[in-house]
Amino acid sequence: MIRVAFPLFFAAVLFAIGVYGVLARRNGVLVLMSIELMLNAVNVNLVAFSQFLADGKFAGQIFTLFVITVAAAEVGIGLAIVILIYRNRETINVDEINLMKW
Amino acid sequence: MTLEEGFFTALALVGTVGALRLVTAKNVVHAALYLVVTLAAVAAVYLLLAAEFVAWVQVLIYVGAIVVLLLFGLMLTRAPIGREALDNQQRGFAAIVAAAVLIGLGVLVWDAFGEAEIELGTSTTADIGESLFRSYILPFEVVSFLLLAALIGAIVLARREEG
Repeated sequence: MIRVAFPLFFAAVLFAIGVYGVLARRNGVLVLMSIELMLNAVNVNLVAFSQFLADGKFAGQIFTLFVITVAAAEVGIGLAIVILIYRNRETINVDEINLMKW
Repeated sequence: MTLEEGFFTALALVGTVGALRLVTAKNVVHAALYLVVTLAAVAAVYLLLAAEFVAWVQVLIYVGAIVVLLLFGLMLTRAPIGREALDNQQRGFAAIVAAAVLIGLGVLVWDAFGEAEIELGTSTTADIGESLFRSYILPFEVVSFLLLAALIGAIVLARREEG
């Protein structure tokens, strides 16, 4: 027996820390790590609601698996972009990457 | 507070401390290792919520694959040491936004689900597989196609131009 507010609040804390990381970090790889934190917060929410609603189809857990898959794809593409930018500009600081800034 | 809630609070504290150290670490490799701590704590939370398959997928994909990928990304790029090199100038603004998000979500969660309780049932891997391949087969195929597209995209992006 566990109150559903516990995992939801844990997820809110993780999400807020991820938001801080994305806004405050300037290293591209660290920004990607903070995004992973936010995705994990969403996954905790999905699993908690899956067990809370107990719909018999485990929809929340299935969607957690999908989110983990999309996160893996996102990290693969994101790191490829980061390494490409590093090769071209010798920096991965996201505040110095302003090629497409109007 | 029940026994499960006590265990959950301990795991959540470990995960929160890891996440806080991740966003404040002065060394990028330390940040990746704190990410491992947080991801492992989240996997333990899944186990506590009786979602064992998701927990092991979390360990395999996140701790096993994604962190290794991120470490490779750190090693292939120059990683300066020190907070000023890793953070930008908007730390205070970021902290305000994060606190607002936390307070907003916390109040909302408490207001909506204050005393509601989870009846921890079992969800075996067989249950998950049956649901995945009976009810969610189309999203499953779409995700596999997405992975293929990401694979090709990563190769095309990271490949060195020849000639």
